[in-house]
Amino acid sequence: MNTQDIFDEMWGTSETLRPPYADFKTWYDGEEPKRLRAKQREAEELFRLTGITFNVYGRAEAEERLIPFDIVPRIISGREWQKLGRGIEQRVRAINAFLHDIYHKQEIVRAGRIPEEMISRNAAFLPHMIGVTPPGGIYTHIVGIDLVRTGDDQFYVLEDNARTPSGVSYMLENRETMLRMFPELFSRNRVQPVQNYPSDLRRSLAACAPAVTGRKPTVAILTPGIYNSAYFEHAFLADQMGVELVEGHDLRVTDGRVAMRTTEGYKPIDVLYRRVDDDFLDPLNFNPDSALGVPGIMDVYRAGGITIANAPGTGIADDKAIYSYMPDIVEFYTGERPLLENVPTWRCSEEDSLAYVLDNLADLVVKEVHGSGGYGMLIGPTSSKKELAEFRKKLRARPGNYIAQPTLSLSTVPILGRSGLTPRHVDLRPFVLCSPERVHITPGGLTRVALEKGSLVVNSSQGGGTKDTWVLED
Amino acid sequence: MLGKTANGLFWMYRYLERAENTARLIETGQRIALTRSGSTDDEWRSIMQTAGVDGAYHAHHDTVTKDAAIDWMLRSKENGSSVRSCIEAARLNARMVRTALTHEVWEATNSAYMTARDLLARKVSERDLPGVLGDLRQRSALVRGATHGTMLRNDIYDFARIGTFLERADNTARILDVKYYVLLPSVMSVGSSIDNVQWETILRSVSARGGFRMEYGSHYEPRDIAHFLILDKRMPRSLAFCICKLRDNLGYLCTNYGARPPAFAKADHIERKFLSHDIDAIFDYGLHEYLQQILGLLSDLGGQIELDYRFYK
Repeated sequence: MNTQDIFDEMWGTSETLRPPYADFKTWYDGEEPKRLRAKQREAEELFRLTGITFNVYGRAEAEERLIPFDIVPRIISGREWQKLGRGIEQRVRAINAFLHDIYHKQEIVRAGRIPEEMISRNAAFLPHMIGVTPPGGIYTHIVGIDLVRTGDDQFYVLEDNARTPSGVSYMLENRETMLRMFPELFSRNRVQPVQNYPSDLRRSLAACAPAVTGRKPTVAILTPGIYNSAYFEHAFLADQMGVELVEGHDLRVTDGRVAMRTTEGYKPIDVLYRRVDDDFLDPLNFNPDSALGVPGIMDVYRAGGITIANAPGTGIADDKAIYSYMPDIVEFYTGERPLLENVPTWRCSEEDSLAYVLDNLADLVVKEVHGSGGYGMLIGPTSSKKELAEFRKKLRARPGNYIAQPTLSLSTVPILGRSGLTPRHVDLRPFVLCSPERVHITPGGLTRVALEKGSLVVNSSQGGGTKDTWVLED
Repeated sequence: MLGKTANGLFWMYRYLERAENTARLIETGQRIALTRSGSTDDEWRSIMQTAGVDGAYHAHHDTVTKDAAIDWMLRSKENGSSVRSCIEAARLNARMVRTALTHEVWEATNSAYMTARDLLARKVSERDLPGVLGDLRQRSALVRGATHGTMLRNDIYDFARIGTFLERADNTARILDVKYYVLLPSVMSVGSSIDNVQWETILRSVSARGGFRMEYGSHYEPRDIAHFLILDKRMPRSLAFCICKLRDNLGYLCTNYGARPPAFAKADHIERKFLSHDIDAIFDYGLHEYLQQILGLLSDLGGQIELDYRFYK
């Protein structure tokens, strides 16, 4: 990959300052680098005090770790955002329609647009959901669409997170931190607010309550518990939304409802925003060893007694093998050409594709179909011969387990380095809320940044950091 | 409120209170060791007894030395009631009930934890001990201050207060029970230097020296000390004060929830039966027996609260 081809969101490809960064640049030029570095440290102190930490699996020594935060904002113009928003909304509506279809008539399969075995043999397909229509007809109440940018007008969808996308607390806390540290920046720039997310989320969830709900719906968040890597986020959202944060052992099924144990007895829940995987949701219906879920909740759900957000079985829509069919899916359900592009994807389950991938492994990124968090993936250009050879073996042994994509030249945004601003690769996860009333996209999102020079891996579990993401009022 | 949340609040504040009590006992022990010529490492045995951590100490050590005792009470991870263990446990509970706490209370708790983690990472030298204990006391005072200043007076606050006062009452009763014999009226050795040390230890252990002097002057009289720590309702660590607060907070819960579960009756009973007499009646009854009864009733009350408000099931 040639460095000249890389699109920098501040400088473009031609070293001319792009307009969204104009005010920031003026401000930055008037700042003492020493003061900014002190501010950077101050930001970390703030995060530590607030307790914004995540637990890293498989690392005993670092029970709670901070995700590094960079103080240089990532800035997107209002016009750019509007365009992205239309594409995101189209995609999210298509995903919902796809899920409804997959668990009902499967017209997309009948139409020959997706092979039957992609659904029936898919581990993420949940037979318990066949014929079930969730309250309000919404499957994915909360979606995080991962986007990467490669040029001035070129965005790609990297992944659709339709199960339980995380990271929204960082979007909110990053903004809080920036407001606290650089109030003057916000009086110079008109930045669209993200702070309404928790109340938007609560309203959106309440609008999806089941029919049995009479008065104001009771919403609760289900967490696997204090040792989960995203526990901070669960507690943060419950706090900001003003709802209870429950664990499996706080809940039980009584009189056909799911109820939580309060100091005054059991109280029914109408909408459960669960941050627990499908497998662990209900030991009676799924994994019998699960202590995280609620025995019998699926039966209540199927009878229309509770809304589960996101619906069980949504994983089929963000499966990496299904991803490659997304352009067809969007077209099939919306009748429109997709506004957002997919990254070209080779399905290794197909013989020709596998042959191509094996031949060109050094130029490709290979991912596990069901993987996430950057685990188990191969980045061809930065891998050694030995690593490539080992991966070839894995590919031959279980081709259906992998997809491959070209290495995109992800855009860069400056971070504050030791000698001033220096470019690093980024991606973007906007957060989308769906209810029968509307699809709502919070202006901004989570920008993840690879802190190592040249690195393309932005996952926090692999040492990536985050930035505040600004969408300007035009 | 979730039963689990009530449980977490109750224990968060119990542990904070316990951390403070243990820190105060270490300060007392150190103070006595430095200012009384007659004192020996034996004094630490009784300090640990007061904190209720002597049994476990002996399981890990052969002899009682000042350094080992201080380390055991301050930093030991094996000792669940050491200052460090208590602050860690308080913070763990705070994380669990994060949604019930204000931002200020959480930040104060988290920063107390971070301070303790840094200050207690290594053995604390004798020279640094006063500074470290002072810092820890300040940190826990911040949590208390944030609690008073920012929390709504609702059931969340009630459970926090119930945890605080149950722990404190238990602590005061235990301190008195370990030293009860030095308070018994006796013609022997009255006013001897040994007794003076013991009486001072008791008063310091509950931060009551200044308050006592204000009320009774500088002359220590065991009967007065007992009265002050058991029956005086102005003294914030006396049994009467703590139990009165317990009953009040349980009463607010009754009003709030519109139900009067057995825990309230139990607290009310302790107050009527044990704290409405004068101190002579208590001495007649037998101080030790009296304190043992109170300790038993407090533990029973804790269990009843747990049941009434569905902490676990």
